[in-house]
Amino acid sequence: MKPLKRISQIALAVSSLLLIITYFVPIWKIDLWAPQYPEGLSMFIWLNKLSGQVEIINGLNHYIGMAHIKEEMFPEFKILPYAVAIIILLGLLTAFLRNRKILFALAAILVLAGAIAMYDFWSWGYKYGHNLDPTAAIKVPGMAYQPPLIGYKEMLNFGAYSIPDIGGWLFVLLGLVTLSTVLFEVKTNK
Amino acid sequence: MKNDFLKISVLAFVVLGIVSCKPKSNKTASSSFLAGDAAEKVYVKPGTHDEFYNIVSGGFNGQLSVVGLPSGRTLRVIPVFSQFAENGWGYSEETKPMLNTSHGFVPWDDSHHVALSTTKSEHDGRWAFINGNNTPRIARVSLSTFRTEEIIEIPNSGGNHSSPFLTANSEYAVAGTRFSVPPDNKADVPISSFKQNFKGYISFISIDKNTGRMGIKFQLKTPGVSFDLSRAGKGKSEGWFFFSTYNTEQANTLLEVNASQKDKDFILAVNWKKAEEYLAQGKGKKEAAKFAHNVYSDETHSATSTIMNEVMTLDPKECPDMLYFMPCPKSPHGCDVDPTGQYIVGSGKLAAVIPVFSFDKIEKAIVNKTFDGSFDGIPVLKYESVLHGEVKKPGLGPLHTEFDGKGNAITSFFVSSELVKWNIEKLEVVDRVPTFYSVGHLSIPGGPTAKPWGKYVVAYNKITKDRYLPTGPELTQSAQLYDISGEKMKLLLDFPTIGEPHYAESIPATLIEKNSKKIFKLEDNKHPYVSKGEKETKVVRKGNEVHVYMTSIRSHFSPDNIEGVKLGDVVYFHLTNLEQDWDVPHGFAVRGNQNAEILVMPGETSTLKWTPTKVGVVPMYCTDFCSALHQEMQGYIRVSPAGSSVPLSWGTGKTPQTQADQKVAKK
Repeated sequence: MKPLKRISQIALAVSSLLLIITYFVPIWKIDLWAPQYPEGLSMFIWLNKLSGQVEIINGLNHYIGMAHIKEEMFPEFKILPYAVAIIILLGLLTAFLRNRKILFALAAILVLAGAIAMYDFWSWGYKYGHNLDPTAAIKVPGMAYQPPLIGYKEMLNFGAYSIPDIGGWLFVLLGLVTLSTVLFEVKTNK
Repeated sequence: MKNDFLKISVLAFVVLGIVSCKPKSNKTASSSFLAGDAAEKVYVKPGTHDEFYNIVSGGFNGQLSVVGLPSGRTLRVIPVFSQFAENGWGYSEETKPMLNTSHGFVPWDDSHHVALSTTKSEHDGRWAFINGNNTPRIARVSLSTFRTEEIIEIPNSGGNHSSPFLTANSEYAVAGTRFSVPPDNKADVPISSFKQNFKGYISFISIDKNTGRMGIKFQLKTPGVSFDLSRAGKGKSEGWFFFSTYNTEQANTLLEVNASQKDKDFILAVNWKKAEEYLAQGKGKKEAAKFAHNVYSDETHSATSTIMNEVMTLDPKECPDMLYFMPCPKSPHGCDVDPTGQYIVGSGKLAAVIPVFSFDKIEKAIVNKTFDGSFDGIPVLKYESVLHGEVKKPGLGPLHTEFDGKGNAITSFFVSSELVKWNIEKLEVVDRVPTFYSVGHLSIPGGPTAKPWGKYVVAYNKITKDRYLPTGPELTQSAQLYDISGEKMKLLLDFPTIGEPHYAESIPATLIEKNSKKIFKLEDNKHPYVSKGEKETKVVRKGNEVHVYMTSIRSHFSPDNIEGVKLGDVVYFHLTNLEQDWDVPHGFAVRGNQNAEILVMPGETSTLKWTPTKVGVVPMYCTDFCSALHQEMQGYIRVSPAGSSVPLSWGTGKTPQTQADQKVAKK
């Protein structure tokens, strides 16, 4: 089996190294708008923390009996920094070894990790949106407040927009680079 | 002399006569001065902002208003010298010390002139200053919090009218007394001994360039005259200050007649750099004088009042070459310096001309000693030697002058009720436009600075009459906005004002809005009675004082049930607003409180004092609509008879907040 091409090697190494940036920027963001918040409210999810106007969002959500969003809610924050480090190492290893099988393995791992991450995010959103205080001041029958996994959704007076931030896009980039490398290597080395 | 006055009166009647003989009313007349596209020029689309902040004195209401231009919309009233039951200014324990004076608590004043801080004689958008005319004071207002941060009382002053005009880099605000008075510490003298004992004190209030903190640097003991208005030199005349005077007759009774005898009064030119030199040489004398200095802190959200006991004075007799008088026709009122600093415009309110003085000529006359005698030991410069020229037949009753930055001055005329635009260099009238009615002050954005923004002039009229729907004998005051961008001044808008604006300044919104504070950070709150969370709330008894450490958050108070208060107790509610979001104040009010209510901004702590008057259960509630559950933001205090054994207890039921916190803990 031929080793990976130089170009594949470089693409994999660079996009893996780019993930180092994810330690310093948010990976996901949720923007909210309401008539009273024309300027919008934002919450940013990082590998290991939350930032943005979380306290204000919590203050508003208490009317409908939602739990407060706090960092303790996310055990993921303890795991994610290591998980990403492993991905970076795997990416670099693939680039270094130039082995196609390892490349396929990397692609599979990335797809799987992405799927797990999105499921985890969805299940947090589901619990967060459905676990409502029965004594809440405002109760709308049949209404749940699960934020959109990705994209836009309206809930009562708020519009919520959920989308990857810089860090998230870097993961997407690595995924795309890996998959295209797979295609490229398969096509050119039949 | 007296004849001139008669002539003016006759002329005024003639003018009025002509106007009243006109077949159509003034309203029709006003429309011919109205810009054709006036509506378009003042229309600020819903959701968009005005171009200028117009910071307006409130006159007899003792406050300051913030108005947007060109819309004329009032955005806010900033309480300064007067108590403001609307938000608790001067009622809350934290703000009461701001209104302390050497006379004790003086909860009102007559606020006159606005001065916006400058650097190199240009607006820097940091602070607004305003004078208290009655109980002599100067206040400094932050243009970030739009709150009064400091008030300093002026001793040895009978009325702080010639104030608080600023030097080029806001080194000093001045305070010239409108009433000459005997020194505060030797004040029991016959009124008729005016000429021997009375002095016209001018105070120079230093302003710290970083903090804005004020202090009385020195007072000049000038001869007993009345100081009316003043302006600092700029550009070539930087380092000088010019004060208009009246009553150089030194009358102490019936001033209406007795202070209008002389053909000319004076403009006093003060070389304040020279005064600083004399001070450095140790020529100053400390004199006993009692005055209050009140400072508000955004960290403790509280004010402290300190009584000072002495002041530094400089006697002009021991400081030659520091003061010069310039003769100026008939009781000058406005005394305005053009953007270059070359020309000083005096407005003799009873004069038929506007004299314009030249700074170059003043300097020359001083060097050549071209004097016309002296007044109480101070050299009087020869009128003709310092005069650039006179604007002939400008109108009747000139009061104030502002500058458009294009070589023109615009002067307000009270008696002939008009604004007159004239060329400074050529001394020629360019245009005139009527005001409705009897304009006092006028204001061009940046008009008193070295860099006028021009574009508009606002006339602040003293008489309103039929301009608005009538509201009984007491009418709103009126302002009028004119477009001055073209050759002809065009009327754009009438808008009512709050109080009686004596003066206003306007500044481009871009210099202010980005600095406007949104919230106070709770973590920076250093109030001694702060509760930074509901867990820190408590009720503490100290003798007959009950201190309630209380919080507010949408939409409940903590605690909201209090028992164990007894008749004879004095209750202090120390309310901390836990919100950290913009535009979420909470109010607080207690039934039957003989005090006020308070509004508490996010992150702030404010204290409302309440002395219960009856036994019973007393409701309390939030007065500022804060959320969909605002109406539920209420609670009770039980007041028991004196000597009752009801123990002190307090609490708040399960709140959504604690519920939500518990949920997190469970996870």
